[in-house]
Amino acid sequence: MSLNLVIVGAGPAGLAAAWSASQSKANVILIDQYDQAGGQIWRGGANAAPKRYQHLFAQQTKLRYLNKSHVLGANDDHLFLATPNGPQQLAFDRLILANGARELFLPFPGWTLPKVLGVGGLQALVKGDLQIAGKNVVVAGSGPLLVAVASQLKQRGAIVKALVEQAPLGQLLGFGRSLAGYPSKIMQAAQSLASLRNTPFYPNTWVVAAEGNGAVQQVRLSNHHSIECDYLACGWGLIANTELAQQLGCTLKHGSVLVDRSQQTSVNHIYAAGELTGIGGEDKAIIEGQIAGFAATGNYHAASQLAHKQAQARQFSQQLATRFALRPELKQLAQANTLVCRCEDVPFEQLQTQPSWRNAKLQTRCGMGMCQGRVCSGATQYLFGWGQDSVRFPIHPVSVADLLMESI
Amino acid sequence: MSSAIIVGGGIVGCAVALELAQAGVQVTLIERDCLGSGATAAGMGHIVVMDEGEAQLKLTLYGQQLWQALTATHPQRHEYHECGTLWVATDAEEWQVVAEKAVVYRQHQIACKILDAAALYAHEPALRAGLVGGLLVPNDSVVYPPKSAVYLWQQAETHAAKLVYGEVSSIQPNTVSLSDGRQLHADAIVVANGQRCIELLPELPIRAKRGQLVITERYPSLIKHQLVELSYIKNAHASSGDSVAFNLQPRPNGQLLIGSSRQFDRTDRQIDQQLLSMMLRKAIDYVPALADVRCLRTWTGVRAASPDGLPLIGQHPEHTWLWVNVGHEGLGITTALSSARLLADQMLQRPAALDLQPYLPRGLQQEQR
Repeated sequence: MSLNLVIVGAGPAGLAAAWSASQSKANVILIDQYDQAGGQIWRGGANAAPKRYQHLFAQQTKLRYLNKSHVLGANDDHLFLATPNGPQQLAFDRLILANGARELFLPFPGWTLPKVLGVGGLQALVKGDLQIAGKNVVVAGSGPLLVAVASQLKQRGAIVKALVEQAPLGQLLGFGRSLAGYPSKIMQAAQSLASLRNTPFYPNTWVVAAEGNGAVQQVRLSNHHSIECDYLACGWGLIANTELAQQLGCTLKHGSVLVDRSQQTSVNHIYAAGELTGIGGEDKAIIEGQIAGFAATGNYHAASQLAHKQAQARQFSQQLATRFALRPELKQLAQANTLVCRCEDVPFEQLQTQPSWRNAKLQTRCGMGMCQGRVCSGATQYLFGWGQDSVRFPIHPVSVADLLMESI
Repeated sequence: MSSAIIVGGGIVGCAVALELAQAGVQVTLIERDCLGSGATAAGMGHIVVMDEGEAQLKLTLYGQQLWQALTATHPQRHEYHECGTLWVATDAEEWQVVAEKAVVYRQHQIACKILDAAALYAHEPALRAGLVGGLLVPNDSVVYPPKSAVYLWQQAETHAAKLVYGEVSSIQPNTVSLSDGRQLHADAIVVANGQRCIELLPELPIRAKRGQLVITERYPSLIKHQLVELSYIKNAHASSGDSVAFNLQPRPNGQLLIGSSRQFDRTDRQIDQQLLSMMLRKAIDYVPALADVRCLRTWTGVRAASPDGLPLIGQHPEHTWLWVNVGHEGLGITTALSSARLLADQMLQRPAALDLQPYLPRGLQQEQR
């Protein structure tokens, strides 16, 4: 009997893991919630991914791809899935978690107005069929994603009225210098920056409020500028989707899944790769995914060959975290009546008096609604320093019929 | 008696704290996590008069009356909602139970209404076809227990009660030791920490009876009353094995709580998928539209079950300084206020509204202490 390896997430980390694992005799099953593999970074399927991974998208490989499937929960050796064919239990010997990250949202007055979006959210809409040409957009928040998205928006004809980065210029220059060891990243950055040379850039600045009648019309900045716009794209960075790892009992540290050099988590047969182990982007995801795929199938030699690149990628991830660390002023943006939890309409003032996340949930229902805290838990952790609460099954909301498992 | 320590800040502990503090006792409440976060938060918050025996009926009815008084001024602070209970009969045998239940309720002046099949569907059109009828008990209600627990505590606090966060590691005469080494002293110690009481007092005849619940997104027009199967009684009180029973509650905000299940001697938090599926199949059997309802969350909770289904309320048979209020099983929200009142009556040597005998601590296992 060959090894059953299940990989959760078909983005760069998951695909890289599948590529390494496919060099062994293991049965590899790749699960993703979307129709097409590629994840957020290679959205659009095979053509968006590097050549090396494109064959993995093809039907004839021995890799099994379970698309449009949500992982609802897990125990030691089974995943509970909602698939287009109904609920399913999937046994695994080894598991690689590569289910990525989501955007961090911070509450400020007006953040719930229509046409205030996450940068990643707007990016995805534009890659879809949102017509952005001729629209005025403010891109604000923190991190390299702002530059990349602003550049893409511009290519599609948007008028980027301002690029607003909360990190001070000194930190940004420090980040630039740290790229010296990563030629490909320098190229990317240079291309993006070149396309933005006529775009007003405000470092050391942040959004204080979004205002408008029925939708955002104007953005107020900490430097007292007000800018009219049709869209505000905000990105305060990414937070790892650790819910499944938590349910499996994997140890977390500072919001990331703790892994060793072979990408193994604190649980023996479970590995993690990519944004889950620390936000670091595409290159880190690919290296870690490859290592996890090799290590999980017993090819430790191949895994160890990548140690140097892995160390580099992790260093880059560290740079990102320190150079784009969120400034304390951002904790003061929410007013008493600013909603923090949009699902249950919980304003900032109701949360200020709560001693813990669990208390807040029980007494205000913050984080207990439709999104199950996926949006507000990142904000409350940042605003109040609250820790994590236990993760409830199902991780993704599904119909009652989708919870009717056949007997094991 | 001038001072008391209460172990456990669930709904029962908070209710006891208020009863004693109001009477001038210097109260210290000890909670390990946050108020109302254990079984209090895990249950459905159904305030229901149950008629399995005279003692249970009296305690639940008294509890309901005290809840009505407590929530009268600020029902919203408890999310109090008088949705009533509708007991659903699926066959002739259960239809017979409807008639018997109605007799008992009427003997105790509890409002109730027998519904034939047509009336049943007029009340709850989402129920599946082919049912026989039901019994509507209109004054049963639901609350949101974590908020009520905090409300009770805040009232106690106005009478100078103190809250201490910590884990109780042992109890000695007039002394409570916490796991961090702190020691607290009082004239009386009240153990009101639900199923965890057996960690402190292993002689108590309390067993864990674990349950699982599901909460859904908002479907405000699907059902109006708390719907309960009539075989609930035989299922719920089965003394061994895992069981499920249909129990569906409309929350005031339109969410639905789907229950219920029972498993003996399990206290872990891992959802039992097989039992969950059984429970949900049963729910769909009663209300077919539930199949397409979206579930947000499931969780487990641990009830403290006594052998006869009645709580233990009163003085420990061997220690005059030690009092207990535990073993409420699935009725702890309903009986929190009545049991707290009856316990305080004993501690303060006041006359009680009910005959205390059935609830006094009993069945202790001598050799284990």
